Amino acid sequence: MTDIISPDIAPLMPGMAASSIDAEGDPTQKKLGIFFWICASWIVFVILMAIFAKVLPLPNPTFQNYAAPQNAGPALGHLLGTDDLNRDILSRLVYGARVSLVVGFGGAAIGMIIGGIPAMISAYRRGRTDTFLNTTSYVLLAFPVIVALIVIIDFWGRSLPKITLIIGLFSAPLIYRVIRASTLSYATRDFVLAAKALGASDRRILAREILPNIMPTVVSFGLIAVATIIVLEGTLAFLGLSVAPPTPSWGNMLDEGSTLLSGGAGQNNPWLVIFPAAAMFLLLITLNVVADKLRSHFDVTEIKL
Amino acid sequence: MSPLLDVTDLRVTFATPRGDVKAVQGVSLSLEQGKTLGIVGESGSGKTVLSRAIMGLLPLQGVTQTGSVIYEGDEILNAPNARLRRLWGTHIAMVFQDPMTSLNPVLRIGQQITEPLKIHLKLDRAEARETAISLLTQVGIPSPIERYNAYPSQLSGGMRQRVMIAIALACAPRLLMADEPTTGLDVTVQAQILDLLATLQRDRQMGMILVTHDLGVVATRTDEIIVMYAGNVVERAPTDVLFSQMAMPYTEALLRSTPRIANPSHTRLLTIEGRPPDLSSPPPGCPFAPRCPYAQDKCREAKPPLTPSSVPGHSYACWFPLGSGTRTDGKVGVA
Amino acid sequence: MGKYVGKRVLLLLIIIFFVSIAAFFLVHLLPGNPTVTILGPNDTTANAAALNRQLGLDKPLIQQYWIWLSHVFQGNLGQSFTTHQTTWTIIKQAFPIDVELIVISQIIAFAIAVPMALKASRRPNRMFDQVSNSTTFSMLALPPFVIAPVLVLIFAVHWHVFPGPASYVPLTQNFWSNLHTMLLPSIVLALGSITVYFRLLRNDLISTLQEDFITMARSKGLSDRRIMWRHALRPSSVSLLASAGITIGGLIAGTLVVETLLQLPGIGYQLISSINQDDYTVVQGIALVVAVAVVLINFCFDFLFTVVDPRIARD
Repeated sequence: MTDIISPDIAPLMPGMAASSIDAEGDPTQKKLGIFFWICASWIVFVILMAIFAKVLPLPNPTFQNYAAPQNAGPALGHLLGTDDLNRDILSRLVYGARVSLVVGFGGAAIGMIIGGIPAMISAYRRGRTDTFLNTTSYVLLAFPVIVALIVIIDFWGRSLPKITLIIGLFSAPLIYRVIRASTLSYATRDFVLAAKALGASDRRILAREILPNIMPTVVSFGLIAVATIIVLEGTLAFLGLSVAPPTPSWGNMLDEGSTLLSGGAGQNNPWLVIFPAAAMFLLLITLNVVADKLRSHFDVTEIKL
Repeated sequence: MSPLLDVTDLRVTFATPRGDVKAVQGVSLSLEQGKTLGIVGESGSGKTVLSRAIMGLLPLQGVTQTGSVIYEGDEILNAPNARLRRLWGTHIAMVFQDPMTSLNPVLRIGQQITEPLKIHLKLDRAEARETAISLLTQVGIPSPIERYNAYPSQLSGGMRQRVMIAIALACAPRLLMADEPTTGLDVTVQAQILDLLATLQRDRQMGMILVTHDLGVVATRTDEIIVMYAGNVVERAPTDVLFSQMAMPYTEALLRSTPRIANPSHTRLLTIEGRPPDLSSPPPGCPFAPRCPYAQDKCREAKPPLTPSSVPGHSYACWFPLGSGTRTDGKVGVA
Repeated sequence: MGKYVGKRVLLLLIIIFFVSIAAFFLVHLLPGNPTVTILGPNDTTANAAALNRQLGLDKPLIQQYWIWLSHVFQGNLGQSFTTHQTTWTIIKQAFPIDVELIVISQIIAFAIAVPMALKASRRPNRMFDQVSNSTTFSMLALPPFVIAPVLVLIFAVHWHVFPGPASYVPLTQNFWSNLHTMLLPSIVLALGSITVYFRLLRNDLISTLQEDFITMARSKGLSDRRIMWRHALRPSSVSLLASAGITIGGLIAGTLVVETLLQLPGIGYQLISSINQDDYTVVQGIALVVAVAVVLINFCFDFLFTVVDPRIARD
């Protein structure tokens, strides 16, 4: 709870404080690089798969097909195998992606709107509203989020919209702080004063002068927020507190896979753990890589100025 | 008596993205026990790089050092770190330029002094503490016991510099290198520090190298002076000879640009026009030629070698040393 | 310095106050009637009404809050509907497990992150640095709920190096068995911390190593090891302390996951079971205790700052 930007930014997301994969101080790193594009493509690919899931030739993810083999490994009919209820794993992964992506992007969007917009405005205007919001966010951030989420979601309801909304709300304080810090660093600069002196309205200044400058931070931090929210939802799902079965989500697939680990002999199907874990890992790492490369790309341009 | 330190044709080159920077281009010098050598030059003349290279403190990556540095008969240039560590502190020590950044801000003064004592001289805690306090007293710090427990930020600039000297002298080195020891200090404090160094040197019979940009600092406190410009030695002489018979125009310019308290107020501060050359691509000819008021064509074409003059111990690198001709701008030269 | 501490303590108290409100209302604003839970839905209205009065559920919400708060100050956090143990007992019994988990995991995290950062910062952007940077970066994509099942799969089920779920042995019973049980979950928890500690420390060390006083320390003839540990690490450990405070949030989520997976009877496990059983008093009590603990821990870390780096206290 200090004022140094790192601990400030990251009670929810150690990733942000932990900074870049590019070892620091490499001034020649200007291009985004092939690795960036590979990761970005994967994210787009997953998103597309999720959107067009119904159109794809996948078996029903919740359909317990007794004609299919049980707990089979990858095979021709079922590319990633089946689980103990004879459901197709690949199909479940694709539909599960929907949950993670909706909660992730939706929650981040909600957080941005509820947290980011007031942040920009109040940071620019300063005054009592700003102090009030700032202290409030400080206080809100003190409460361990996961505990609150668990309690609320369990009692309020486990539907996808509700979960997205709640997580979005809880990410607002943190997003608020980051956007506020970012806005503050630009609000006092000369070009803003110049615009003001020319009689530009507050709204115009925010939209034309400040927003374009904080956009890199917004986008890159936004992606980190998405990744963090996906982790949060996954954790909740693992604990049995996200969307209810039989709707698949990567978290609850891991949960099911794990309970089978402690079961007796004959129930072990390692693919039930490996595939969702791999899917989660790939999505998270690509999100982090893209966010990070974007950030260092724009940071470097700044330094050159 | 064989010299304490003997440097021959030392060259230091840094590899940078813009090309090789020749920071030191063939410097030779020697120092005897109990004597003081002054190295004078502008910032960028290579004097700091020279002092660090002699001591062996330059980083290994991207730096090429050639030539020879012989300390007490042993070659130490490019020696492995392990060997140098045995010399540092006990034989050769350095007083650094900015005591605020050269002292560790989160460790107490006492800790920083006793550290080399415990490690090199193997003193125990009590002995080290006593020695440290005695050192603090020797360098003229009042209430040394209180200061022992203080942090660097709690001391004034002059005191911090004294602490630096105390640390450097802790293990009684034979050779002391002082890199701009008084820059940034009050003028009155400067004199105190320099006197302190002179006294300590005399008492301990150390060899001392004083690196500075200020000719006034070395005027009365050195036995010999080397003037550096753009990585080269451009003049060398015993101190009194240098001031009375300076040959290199650069030396003259340096002397004239030193402000003196004795001057009446509003005396115009003389500067040397122009800037030091780019060390990654030095121009042919004398490095000072572009700024020299006496420069002739030959100066710009060929680099003058360091030649001895008729006075013993005095050498200079100039085609047209002072007193040998008139200035190209028509004004009369100063001998 | 006194003023600084005073301000922080005041802020701390305000936060704790809000936390208590949050903990209380979190549970009370939600649907579900505890009376129904206790008595079952088929009970007579008279009994239900009586129980309602007894539990104080007929009073206005604000009043309920004050009653609850005063109970809390007396050390009474209510009791479980199902097991009839007091919440406090449940917490007391479960708490040491979490402490052990966190302690072991942080020891592992520091033991790995600090030497790694020291080594990486000596030669930035070279092989070791790049490799360790990438490795720790990928740990970001391995949150507890992803890596724990995988590790259990490999090391408990497949290779039998570590025990599987439901095999917890208390510390007092058998030291080595206990460690055996706790090691795997601790490793899972350590991963997230390693990333944060390594990265922050490495960056801080790199800038510290460029300072003049490091060259000065070299000129004293000190060994590289001594310089790193004694001179470079001290100023840089400020950021390490800051990051230790950050990781608390992630650690809580992590402990929830590993305790549920391996059925370790810690606070996380108790929290989840109480939720599943709609045991709202226990949920409330645990939420409060955990939240207050987090706030206090953060506060302590803030405080430690001023000890390690005297420069901050002076500001």
